[in-house]
Amino acid sequence: MSETINVPTMAEYMAQGKQPEVLFWVGCAGSFDDRAKKITKAFVKLLNNAGVDFAVLGTEESCTGDPAKRAGNEFLFQMQAVTNIEVMNAYEVKKVVTACPHCFNTIQNEYPQLGGNYEVMHHTQFLKSLMNEGRLKVEGGKFKGKRITFHDPCYLGRANGEYEAPRDLLRKLEVELVEMKRCKTKGLCCGAGGAQMFKEAEPGAKEINIERTQEAIEVKPAIIAAGCPFCNTMMTDGVKGENKEEEIEVMDVAEMIASAADL
Amino acid sequence: MQYIPNILFLLVLASGIGYFTYNIKKVIRNIKLGLPVTVSDKGERWSNVARIAIGQSKMVVRPVSGALHIVVYLGFIIINIEVLEIIIDGLFGTHRIFSSFLGGFYGVLIGTFEILAVLVFAAVIIFWLRRNSIKIKRFMSSEMKGWPKSDGNVILYFEMVLMGLFLLMNATDVSFQQMDSGNVVSQHIASWFSGTSDGTLHLIERSAWWIHIIGILIFLNYLYFSKHLHIMLAFPNVFFGSITPKGQFKNNEAVTKEVKMMMDPNIDPFAAPPAGEEQAVPAKFGASDVMDLTQVQLLNAYTCTECGRCTSECPANITGKKLSPRKIMMDTRDRLEEVGKNIDANKGVFVLDNKQLLGDYITAEELWACTSCNACVEACPVSIDPLSIIMEMRQYLVMEKSAAPNELNVTMTNIENNGAPWPFNQQDRLNWKNE
Ligand code: SF4
Ligand code: SF4
Repeated sequence: MSETINVPTMAEYMAQGKQPEVLFWVGCAGSFDDRAKKITKAFVKLLNNAGVDFAVLGTEESCTGDPAKRAGNEFLFQMQAVTNIEVMNAYEVKKVVTACPHCFNTIQNEYPQLGGNYEVMHHTQFLKSLMNEGRLKVEGGKFKGKRITFHDPCYLGRANGEYEAPRDLLRKLEVELVEMKRCKTKGLCCGAGGAQMFKEAEPGAKEINIERTQEAIEVKPAIIAAGCPFCNTMMTDGVKGENKEEEIEVMDVAEMIASAADL
Repeated sequence: MQYIPNILFLLVLASGIGYFTYNIKKVIRNIKLGLPVTVSDKGERWSNVARIAIGQSKMVVRPVSGALHIVVYLGFIIINIEVLEIIIDGLFGTHRIFSSFLGGFYGVLIGTFEILAVLVFAAVIIFWLRRNSIKIKRFMSSEMKGWPKSDGNVILYFEMVLMGLFLLMNATDVSFQQMDSGNVVSQHIASWFSGTSDGTLHLIERSAWWIHIIGILIFLNYLYFSKHLHIMLAFPNVFFGSITPKGQFKNNEAVTKEVKMMMDPNIDPFAAPPAGEEQAVPAKFGASDVMDLTQVQLLNAYTCTECGRCTSECPANITGKKLSPRKIMMDTRDRLEEVGKNIDANKGVFVLDNKQLLGDYITAEELWACTSCNACVEACPVSIDPLSIIMEMRQYLVMEKSAAPNELNVTMTNIENNGAPWPFNQQDRLNWKNE
């Protein structure tokens, strides 16, 4: 697979005395989680295909601190934030794109007070702008007419008011977009946010991801589209838990576009 | 002697408003126990008040309860014009003072009130049924047992009685019925009294009039003890509500100072503070009690209507966890009231009572169940932010007590050592490229 992708680093750009158009912030899940790495690669292929001049921080990137802050460790969060901001400011980063809504939210909303001011985009927003500019061309292809439901990531939707960018992309794929009972402002969390991803849930009647997956199953989709690596894991586990992995796939919107474009 | 009713009225009115003012001052004092906040962007805040508080924009997200609430809310505001007339009549011994200078419009006005009164009455009955017969789930949660449940019903009874008295008062007002303008509803009630002597009618009318105004004053004073305080506090509360994106959590400035100091190579951390500069008081991180919360968070607590829209959208609550954002707000108010009573009983100073919001009201188990999904914040019709309180209390648990769940301690150690929540080496961060 590696032969087809081109992933320059900021350090390499710097060495050539150049500035990329945008920094791709990969995030921890995108860097280390096996499932999320596929999303990262799909997104990179789209960037390559559209001829976007981007770079990553690579080994100079570190956790944004989102889970630390939401777990109550403000000190660790700010240490992470300040370190990352120093690196990004040293590279004079202006624009950031990321496939993780948590990184997106943190860099966009919580870094400015600590000295990090960038234009930040979620990858669905960025892909949408590429399509609008005509740099990325995608037709429905294999997803045309397929029943797809989109699970809103809390940190993209409610937290930042972006509900349409991922849906617009799905519409471009000419899918049959079906909404779950709870969607957009009322979308139900997958259960991963607020550092829950990294701990067992408190005692209760049910796991949150099961509740959400059942809701998705109700609308009988062929694919549950996601826009967050953590939602992706949660929904994938939920689909397995409900023994539906034969019928329902969980895919990131970027993966769907890359696959539709046969990348 | 002829002034006795006027004097009596003045006394009733003054004590009603006086006791209410006394309690509201307490509310304000209690809110001021919180940390001060600075507000900017007044323009956007006023537009929120217009849209969310006055315009009820978030109420109608749920169309049925939203529409019913608008009826009661409009009824409440508009019928208050009638209260103004009652007060003037009471103080000056006049009778329906507005009719003398409003002419034909008076009938239109009272006619509108009468129709609204009937609509409010009907809406209130449906509200009662929703709470008691249909048993809508969000009114049945464990935090709604006891006082909160009766409180909800008492308010509904109040409104029924007040609306009933208003109509009865109009129906038995002989001169008003003779005017035959504006008595759209009351004329039908009046027909029940045909054959009753004018003297008796007058007696009923006067009694209804007095009970009506006394009832309103009692209701006014009931607010302080009730979730119904929102009919006033919703407006300031929406004004002070957050105007930043919901995903932006508060930056802890005390921590920022410390971090900046650690990162700045020019600062010697062991140096003595410059002469004359006072040693900064070590800040307490996060919140364990109401005094650690901001004034806006405490205003939130007094404003909460206990409607449970937040809890009914909370993923943790939906899946049976103990966390309920409504309970977070109710607990905060209860504890704040307890602290306020403590201050009253101890001549204006708070005497430690070995209790606090954390543990005695809100447990760590509730706090750790939150996914920070903002569903509660989005759902609240009056811009309350239960999530911010949860986050403050988590911060206290972790930074002051090192009391995070063990798995989270592992996660945080990983972030600290490897720059990722998992035990991978930062040097391997780009390996995916070649896999
Ligand atoms: S933010 Fe926390 S308390 Fe609020 S709805 Fe989500 S999980 Fe529940
Ligand atoms: S916090 Fe808001 S939504 Fe929740 S019960 Fe109180 S008023 Fe209702």
